[in-house]
Amino acid sequence: MLDKVVASFDEAVADVPDGACIAIESWGIPATPQNLIAALKRRGVRDLTIVTHTFIPMVWNEDDAALPSLLLPQMKKLISAIVGIQRLGAGAFLQEYVDRGLDVEITSHGTLASRLYAGAASLGGFYNPVGVGTLLEVGKEKKVIDGKEYIFEKPIRPDYAFISAHRADRLGNLTYRGNFRSDSPMMAMAARTTIAEVDHVVEVGEIDHEHVVTPGAFVDRVVQIPEGALGSHEKQTAMIHMLGQLESTRDLLFGKE
Amino acid sequence: MQATKERLDRDTIAMRAAKELKEGDCVNLGFGLPTLCALYVPEGVRFHTEAGLLGYGRLVMSDEIDLADWHYIDASGRFCLPAPGMAVMDVLTSFAMIRGGRLISIMGGLQVSERGDLANWNTQNNALAGTIGGSMDLAVGAKRVIVTMEHNAKDGAYRLVKKCSYPLTARECVDLVITDLAVIEVTSEGLVLKETAPGWSPEEIQDVTEPRLVLSPDLRDIEL
Repeated sequence: MLDKVVASFDEAVADVPDGACIAIESWGIPATPQNLIAALKRRGVRDLTIVTHTFIPMVWNEDDAALPSLLLPQMKKLISAIVGIQRLGAGAFLQEYVDRGLDVEITSHGTLASRLYAGAASLGGFYNPVGVGTLLEVGKEKKVIDGKEYIFEKPIRPDYAFISAHRADRLGNLTYRGNFRSDSPMMAMAARTTIAEVDHVVEVGEIDHEHVVTPGAFVDRVVQIPEGALGSHEKQTAMIHMLGQLESTRDLLFGKE
Repeated sequence: MQATKERLDRDTIAMRAAKELKEGDCVNLGFGLPTLCALYVPEGVRFHTEAGLLGYGRLVMSDEIDLADWHYIDASGRFCLPAPGMAVMDVLTSFAMIRGGRLISIMGGLQVSERGDLANWNTQNNALAGTIGGSMDLAVGAKRVIVTMEHNAKDGAYRLVKKCSYPLTARECVDLVITDLAVIEVTSEGLVLKETAPGWSPEEIQDVTEPRLVLSPDLRDIEL
């Protein structure tokens, strides 16, 4: 049996070349494959295209959390639906990089997921009702179908997908937990090479076949998140407590009594 | 001078918006004021988040940090609790729910035009100056789009306008607008004033609204 489990994050990203297009699951801290991002930063490859739903600035120490924006100095293009935090000036933090040539393509989240699916299913693209009449229609082909206006969206076929999952067996079958599922299944299907960092690696047969969400055929490499590492239960709990102590983030993240 | 007259507070707007929902409805509550609706909705309304949860439970309160789990966050990024009957899904399924008209969307607004165009993500002609997320999908696809917002900007500028000056979220998508002064329905005849805040006359509300308002035959005080 080909065992897809890889010993280290550095080994998992060792073949990522300059210029690669990488889809990275991220909902802020949640669902983000933080160790793969950190490993890619260490690898130092350049001219990357990053596809991710949420691209927010790194406002904390790299030892506490690693988000896709950690890769900013290595990027030439970003495709994303949420760039920055609205109350912190949205995408203003990218301006210095844009001035130096970073290309930013803004999309809606549903469109991003559909473009990934189109890539996964080898579709040539699709006509999209979302974005018609907005800044997002600029430069796109328009078409009226049955009296309704659409804009054409191209598929996204990333070279790599970096995702996080809850459990993986050695064949690469994945299950997720809660909203960590998010865009990961589409990214895994769309990418030529998918790398998953997971809470638990289990033996083949331990995942009920009815519960597999992403079948192993879409997954190439699996790395278990070590205890205490980024994204581990300990680290996530510590981050919640840290953010919960700050009045500004407490109001954002919690309900009020 | 209208500015000295009392306008409805945010909780009252949320309470009025929540009245639009009934048992069995699936609703996505946008960032800001709409999230307050969660406190006032009737029993049996199910909440949806783009990240892929339908039917999540109550929010984790700030004195219950130990209950917080990054795996369960609501549409505004707050920690919530799983609830019996909750469904977890990927984003493609989540947006099929949005775009396929299974949900009611309650979202904030910056401007709504007389034909129901919505601007709520950006005030500049620069895509980097705002965040879209799922707002365009919700505006285009939701079964019903309810916008909650202050009737006027802080400087008094119209927010109910003939034509949006801010970048659009979607064209002709808004069904109902609930402000701190009025409940207004978007119809093919234009904006229909249905309910007014206590103490405000239709003429006073017209004064702070750019397009002409059509008075509903059963115009009344806002009911909660």
